[in-house]
Amino acid sequence: MTLVSTESSIRSAKRRRMRFDLSGQTTMLLIFLPPAILLFTVFVMLPMAEAAFFSPYKWSGYGPAPWAFNEATGKTFGTWIGGTNFERMAGHSAFQTALFNTMKVIAVSLLIQLPLALMLALMIYRKSYANTVFRLIFFVPYILAEVATGLIWSFVFDGNFGLSRMITDTFHLQQAFFPLAEKEWAFNTILAVIVWKYFGFHMMIYIAGLQSIPKDFIEAARIDGARPLQIIFFVKLPMLWPAITISIFYSVLGALQVFDLVMPMTAGGPSNSSHTLVSYLYNFGFIRLNVGYGSAVGVFLFAVGVIFAFVYRNTVQREAAQ
Amino acid sequence: MSGFTWRSASRICVLLLVSSLIVIPLAATILGGFKTDGELRAEPFGLPDVWRTEYYAEIFADTRFWRYLWNSLVISLLTVALTLILGSMAAYAFAQAKFFGSRFLFSYLLLGLMFPFAAAIMPLFLTVRDLGILDTPWGVILPQVAFGLAFSIMFFRTFFKQMPPELFEAARVDGCGYIRFYFYFTLPLSTPILATIAVFVFVQSWNNYLLPLIMLNDRAGYTWTLGAMDYRGEYISSWNRTLAFMTMTLTPAVVFFIAAQKYIVAGLTGGSVKG
Repeated sequence: MTLVSTESSIRSAKRRRMRFDLSGQTTMLLIFLPPAILLFTVFVMLPMAEAAFFSPYKWSGYGPAPWAFNEATGKTFGTWIGGTNFERMAGHSAFQTALFNTMKVIAVSLLIQLPLALMLALMIYRKSYANTVFRLIFFVPYILAEVATGLIWSFVFDGNFGLSRMITDTFHLQQAFFPLAEKEWAFNTILAVIVWKYFGFHMMIYIAGLQSIPKDFIEAARIDGARPLQIIFFVKLPMLWPAITISIFYSVLGALQVFDLVMPMTAGGPSNSSHTLVSYLYNFGFIRLNVGYGSAVGVFLFAVGVIFAFVYRNTVQREAAQ
Repeated sequence: MSGFTWRSASRICVLLLVSSLIVIPLAATILGGFKTDGELRAEPFGLPDVWRTEYYAEIFADTRFWRYLWNSLVISLLTVALTLILGSMAAYAFAQAKFFGSRFLFSYLLLGLMFPFAAAIMPLFLTVRDLGILDTPWGVILPQVAFGLAFSIMFFRTFFKQMPPELFEAARVDGCGYIRFYFYFTLPLSTPILATIAVFVFVQSWNNYLLPLIMLNDRAGYTWTLGAMDYRGEYISSWNRTLAFMTMTLTPAVVFFIAAQKYIVAGLTGGSVKG
């Protein structure tokens, strides 16, 4: 080692040291990526893959896996039953109702909730004090917990107390009316509450979209003599299409997960008429500790979600992006 | 502008109608806690004759109620902290570094956005059981973080990518490495997106019902959503107590929302514009 070292040798020494200390890219990747990937794999992807492997078994969840050998009984923990779980699911009337109910949620979201949200967004998207207040009010239901929303509305629809009591009083009906306990009404009531709870979310998406439309476009159309309705249909709606496709995506994926609202309102009753796919899974898989069956329902739910997401992203959203 | 007043009048009518559909049930909830059950039956939506505070006082003095709130708070705060740390670190790796398999790993994480998380709930329950964290806060926290990662990484990555690359190059020339750059530049410059994601994750965790329902058995560990359902079951015939309970849990949520609404709205609109 000489006492006099050139500047370049210091720099190369620095560079060499950097490769091993905490500044290199590889070191960073090795520290930053694995925790997220590991957590995601253990708690999201592996369970989903396991659901596929568990679905052809009858298994109570006792033991490490349905195919593992139980020394005490001399058999495996679960029993292989092939496609029986799926057959049972397809033939179960409660499952058909749950599937139909979930499709109803999608239909109501798309045909009632989104147009309502769009109409309100068109009314209050401009920046003014009153509009801000309305926006805040309309967004409050979205912030409330589903459980709280469900409990509040089951009070409103309680035949002895709230809204339905007022209806029976006004029409002088003899019997108290409990919509949540009537087979024909229970799920429709839940649908109304779903619209009530989530329209504000979609409205916010539309407001953001409307605010980003350049004012010149609207001004130009007005100068050309377009009426307000024409401006909405020929200028605003086409420009809003990307926002609409996003909100449709959230609606459908959200509709597949409805659960928290159902539990406080009806818990799936009366006689399994108001289940959604998730509350069905909870009731017939989890509560009855039927891991194989619950997994089969889960696989179905997964397939519906992924197929929809995939098809939607590759058709509608691709077009919207262009 | 002929017909302007007619148009705006009908507009105001619609807006007031929709507002009343939201405000009246909420007001009935708050007021309901001040009424006796008999009064609730006769006059569900009106003002109480006598403002009775005993139902609120009862819940206020109930240690279980505070226990539920505390449990929810612990779970939500830890979920937020972990999501922010792990999510921003992974997003930084995706945004800042070019490495083999980067695209593949990113699409792998984005798969988490595509299916309802309830689909894997049965094996998830078994995983949590086998890890020995059933009936502990971690049994709720870790799955929540895992499911929130996809969403937060996507947002963080978009945000990090928008930072000027010159900043990183300059820091690099001055001998600042990847990890130091993350702590000294990326994080401090990302407070808006950190706040937005934090608020979102917090609200979601605070309101979550399905995961606690499945993972928590012991009442001492219940979150407030489980507690509310429990309370409703206990006082099935007296709505006033349940309504008072609801009011006391909704108030912090609504106050929090009004304080944080800027970030919530930013999060929504960010998602809608960038997809």
